[in-house]
Amino acid sequence: MVNYLVKRIGRSLLTLVLILTIVFCLLRLMPVEGYFPNFEKMTPEQIQIGLDEMGLNDPLPVQLVRFFKDLLQGNLGVSRIYRANVLVVDILADKMPLSLKLGSLSMLLSLLVGLPLGALMARYRLRFFDKLGTLFIVCIQAVPAAVYFLFIQLYGTRLLDVGLLFKADDPLYWVLPAISMSLSNIAFYGMWLRRYMVDESNKDYVRLAKAKGISEGDVLFKHVFRNAFVPLAQYIPTAFLNTVIGSIYIESLYSIPGMGGLLVTVIKKHDNTMVQGIVLLYACVGVMGLLLGDLMMVMLDPRISLSGKEGDR
Amino acid sequence: MKQFSYRHNKESELMTQMEAEEAVSMPEDELFSFADFNAADAEKTGLSNYSYWHSTIQAFLKKKGAVVLLVLLAVLLIFTFIQPYLPNQYDPNLIINDPGGMQYRNILPGERFILGTNSIGQDLWARIWAGTRTSLLIGLSVALAEALIGITVGVIWGYVRKVEILLTEVYNIIDNIPNTIILILVSYILRPGVRTLIFAMCLTGWIQMARFIRNQILIIRDRDYNVASRCLGTPAVKIIIKNLLPYLVSVIMLRMALTIPVAIGNEVFITYIGLGLPVSTPSLGNLINEGRALITSAALRYQLVYPTIIVSFVTISFYMVGNAFADAADPKNHV
Repeated sequence: MVNYLVKRIGRSLLTLVLILTIVFCLLRLMPVEGYFPNFEKMTPEQIQIGLDEMGLNDPLPVQLVRFFKDLLQGNLGVSRIYRANVLVVDILADKMPLSLKLGSLSMLLSLLVGLPLGALMARYRLRFFDKLGTLFIVCIQAVPAAVYFLFIQLYGTRLLDVGLLFKADDPLYWVLPAISMSLSNIAFYGMWLRRYMVDESNKDYVRLAKAKGISEGDVLFKHVFRNAFVPLAQYIPTAFLNTVIGSIYIESLYSIPGMGGLLVTVIKKHDNTMVQGIVLLYACVGVMGLLLGDLMMVMLDPRISLSGKEGDR
Repeated sequence: MKQFSYRHNKESELMTQMEAEEAVSMPEDELFSFADFNAADAEKTGLSNYSYWHSTIQAFLKKKGAVVLLVLLAVLLIFTFIQPYLPNQYDPNLIINDPGGMQYRNILPGERFILGTNSIGQDLWARIWAGTRTSLLIGLSVALAEALIGITVGVIWGYVRKVEILLTEVYNIIDNIPNTIILILVSYILRPGVRTLIFAMCLTGWIQMARFIRNQILIIRDRDYNVASRCLGTPAVKIIIKNLLPYLVSVIMLRMALTIPVAIGNEVFITYIGLGLPVSTPSLGNLINEGRALITSAALRYQLVYPTIIVSFVTISFYMVGNAFADAADPKNHV
């Protein structure tokens, strides 16, 4: 177990370093105007002096080493345009809690709705409820999220009698963003749990349980569900990622002062250091999510061998 | 055309059919007669007239809903191309002024402007069709490019043992970064434009396709018929093209069809966060974005509703047609 853990975490770290390097090098390709708040008014000499001060004229390897040194001290650089000369870390620390809260809320919601949806669809397979659920899943998957988010905002706000823009103090304002963010995950859990449960219910142990006279519902929810949930558990962190990504759109749609909305703002303002900081943070979340997913699989299912294929199904 | 030999099923079917016919048509004493040996006839037995694509199309045509959607999609695609040549059409980027020199701003749908005008006086009807053309172009190109790169890499990945480790590592790295982040990063670094968008979307998409093809190839590459083929000295390329890929046509088509709605959705998203196409290139993302700016005014909501109707129709249709075609292309559903 320890051996596996060390290996798996080591791999994640290596991937992370690689990603950070690639992102850092790519962002050096950006035009330099993203480092100065009043680029148009500056003379070429002033720009050169500014670049020298920031160390952007140094050779790339030097910059890279400095970047990693700063990173180890928790320093992501200084915002230049969005809020001039404020540390990126400070800005992010400000915005993070709200995003995490919203993300967790919508994750909880999607699990609480998605799992029962899938289970009930498997229970009433090929009957009305199953067809209704399939219709819902198809719609969610086929219609671009960008479109139904808009309509939820448009009609939801009127239905709940709230304003278009977010207010953190009023719990009613949390409802629509959380629902919008959880919809795609609800469809995801519903679809796959149904699939796995249907696959699972042809197995021998299910037939035995039925032969013993255990009721249909008990077999499905006590035996089949637990086995069908294991492969799904691996995707929970990935789903969390999707939620985080979804937040980019949702947060800026409702003007929620969180990370996702911030990313959109700084992209529009071409603030290079801020974009770099946020992208790196998202990449970290991505790597962590997949790591957690693999670890979760191992913990949930004792049958998965640790030495073998990394909890790969 | 690929010939699948379903000898067992087809042959026995043929035999029973022949027996039934003979039993009806022939008097009893003529039922049995000595057969002469005929080399040409001997060759014929066991060959069925099964054609893969013929059966696929037959199976697909049975799904009326999907066929209707496909026809509608085709009509839509053709119409986006002929629309500019119809009489009385405006240029999608032309700002139309009234005789007094004022712009026709936010004119409601009516006789002169079929779908009204937008907030700076451009004809929404023309913009919607130009936008649909752009978005469909993006979707189709991404699907095609992903399929080409994905299949090539996937086949090599699955068939050539030596590259397995390398490609798996590449996959692990790319798969670890959220797609949207790559999409945002690439569009941020490159200039906005149709090509940038297609490039950015392909950058992440191909690896999923390749991974998928690789998994499938690993499953079927060592089945008996492939081992037999290899023993008989069939070159690897021929095995791949004749034995492995036809088996995967249905799933490849499904993935391609599902890529198109995703690509169109991504375009809407990227345009929304300000990294997409310039306003001078109408796209569905651009139009939805323009419409969204007017969301507070109920009377002008038509500028949001029309583009979303088109987007939803296109994506749902591709999704349904893709699924129906994948079912039809699966040889297991043919006999």
